[in-house]
Amino acid sequence: MSDAVLTADDAIASDAPTRALSTASRGETGVIVAVRGDTGVAEAVASDELERRLLEMGFVEGARIEILQEGLFGRDPIAVRVDDTRVALRRREARAVTVQFDG
Amino acid sequence: MTDTAIRPARIALVGNPNSGKTALFNALTGARQKVANYAGVTVERKEGQLVTPGGRTIRVLDLPGTYSLRARSPDEVVTRDAVLGRLSGETAPDVLVCVADATNLRLVLRLVLELKQVGRPFVLALNMFDIAQRQGLRIDLEQLSREIGAPIVTTVATRKRGLDELLTQVDTLTLTHSNVGDNTWREPSAGEIRAAHAEAQRIYRDCVRPPERPDTVTGKIDAVLLHPVAGLLILAALMFTVFQSVFAWATVPADAIDAGFAALAGLVSEHLPEGLLASFIADGLIAGVGSVLVFLPQILVLFFFILILEDSGYMTRAAFLLDKLMGVAGLHGRAFIPLLSSFACAIPGIMSTRVIDNKRDRLTTILIAPLMTCSARLPVYTLIIGAFVPREKVWGLFNLQGLVMFGLFATGIVFALLVSAIIRRIFWRGAAEPLMMELPTYRWPEPRNVALNLWTRAKIFMNRAGRIILPLMVLVWVLSTFPYPPEGATGPAIDYSIAGRLGKFIAPVMEPIGFNWQMTVALIPGMAAREVAVAVLGTVYAVGGDADSHDALSTLLSQQWSLATALAFLAWYVFAPQCLPTLGVVKRETNSWIWPTVMFVYMVGLAYLAAFVVYHTAVALGAG
Ligand SMILES: Nc1nc2c(ncn2[C@@H]2O[C@H](COP(=O)(O)OP(=O)(O)O)[C@@H](O)[C@H]2O)c(=O)[nH]1
Ligand SMILES: [Mg+2]
Repeated sequence: MSDAVLTADDAIASDAPTRALSTASRGETGVIVAVRGDTGVAEAVASDELERRLLEMGFVEGARIEILQEGLFGRDPIAVRVDDTRVALRRREARAVTVQFDG
Repeated sequence: MTDTAIRPARIALVGNPNSGKTALFNALTGARQKVANYAGVTVERKEGQLVTPGGRTIRVLDLPGTYSLRARSPDEVVTRDAVLGRLSGETAPDVLVCVADATNLRLVLRLVLELKQVGRPFVLALNMFDIAQRQGLRIDLEQLSREIGAPIVTTVATRKRGLDELLTQVDTLTLTHSNVGDNTWREPSAGEIRAAHAEAQRIYRDCVRPPERPDTVTGKIDAVLLHPVAGLLILAALMFTVFQSVFAWATVPADAIDAGFAALAGLVSEHLPEGLLASFIADGLIAGVGSVLVFLPQILVLFFFILILEDSGYMTRAAFLLDKLMGVAGLHGRAFIPLLSSFACAIPGIMSTRVIDNKRDRLTTILIAPLMTCSARLPVYTLIIGAFVPREKVWGLFNLQGLVMFGLFATGIVFALLVSAIIRRIFWRGAAEPLMMELPTYRWPEPRNVALNLWTRAKIFMNRAGRIILPLMVLVWVLSTFPYPPEGATGPAIDYSIAGRLGKFIAPVMEPIGFNWQMTVALIPGMAAREVAVAVLGTVYAVGGDADSHDALSTLLSQQWSLATALAFLAWYVFAPQCLPTLGVVKRETNSWIWPTVMFVYMVGLAYLAAFVVYHTAVALGAG
């Protein structure tokens, strides 16, 4: 569960699918395997800053994730449960988070 | 030792947002609070005092919530600097009280580890312990205290439980100077944050057993309130209700205040010999204060809703729902809260933009906040609409006057979004600031909290009325009374006064938009506070003719102004930056004269243009 600290390597080793959090749909669950700062697109904050913000909000390797809700327009932003906290974020920044989804 | 025992101490409340810092602050200090701003940065600072059982005076500082000492927004800069003792003219607090939501410890434990590096004595207040117990959450307090190297107390801020223990710990800490050390804090790198997380995680696992009955209510409520379609519909209905109530609930007390001041003025005129003194007291002082105080009910009703929405945890949901829509206009989801507050008054609205991290997002929100129809515009709208718009039903359903009012609100909102879009698409292009926002557990708003906050708001407003508006009303009275008309003059007295002359001097500039000189006179002191314009129109026309009540003024205006002029005046009021205090707050917030200037110029430009277009269209349609 949340105790399991999985690394990206573990995830690759197991055959569970890993995808960016930005691709997740409502109801999906999983475990964070990597948090980076760069999202592949231009951001308003430096990638190192984004990474630290994500970490401070609890998006850290090993945390359990559940997609609670999606916005109406472009299914964005998303409400995510990270361990025990609920956090809202946009799909854009969610690209920086890689998740090993259950099932 | 007695010397130190009675030495006053300062404590600061630090913690994540929504952990109950403000509730604890209220519980500790009661109504003995001061709301002020931090020097240089206009982030509201709340300070209060209390006296411990041991006789020591303690000053308590309520700091903005944060997840880390690494500051990202002006809000968090204040927290960091206060904790580190970097604020100008202030030393570091004697004791840091870290306030934690006992049911949500994961993130705060990492903050605690950061606080530990600061080397100040600190105590961890495990707040919301009532909820923790209800959930059957078990926390090994002794071990947790050992792990973090600081004493722990459990508190229920809203029921005032645990306060004595907290104060006892504060007393002990200031006496023993235990755990004071060197400040080794510096901005952590991503790697260090990860390491701290792992450490916090370990502490959490060792000391906390998961709740037996975790909260499921929030999830169920969110399934509806955050639902893509239902959520937005509910939000729209909620906003509609808020605005309806602002009008409906505030009418009775506002009318009562109005009538009270009118009666008072009447009493003065009756009992004082007619002359300068009576005129000064009745027309200058009483009418001036009354014209401003009538807004108090509206402002309080609006803040009542804002506080309830904030306290219950709904505000962040609204920001979530609106993020994408507001993003189209280049606004951040968090801009919702400042913009909603701006419907009461742009000043608290602009001050609350501090929750927006990004400077450009924040500036954009500040620049458009005054386009939200603040309650000070209402009396102007009410007066003009009452005088010119017939009391009719449209399609047998909507009240025409109400529709016009709604139209003015809507125009303000639409232009706010347009201006924002222009700023963000043309001047400040670039990627949007990330949105990352905790969605807190839903809670019942605490009546005591709401009442205290409303009281604080009322105090701030009356203070402003007393300090800014009253002197201005006196000034207006002087300007519109002196000099006296010469012997044997036939025209109304105000024609000869300074105000009359000034108005006539500027009037040519305003003529193209259909304004007469009386309106121009009203606009000048209206700069101080929009609502003053109504009082000034009353003064100008009362001194000039003999209108002594609101209805009379309304009738008078409908005879003296053309419909085109009235509509142009309304259009002007939607946009005009008729409020020096707002410009002053923008100056303080942005720490520069550039932004208030930009705001003033663009808003006057829009106002002039709008009034011009409206006036000439109306004239062309035969309403001249
Ligand atoms: N049940 C319970 N509710 C609390 C307690 N302390 C605060 N609250 C509520 O939690 C919410 C957030 O508190 P607030 O003081 O605004 O948090 P802040 O953001 O840290 O200042 C408010 O609705 C409070 O009424 C507590 O000890 N028990
Ligand atoms: Mg607070």
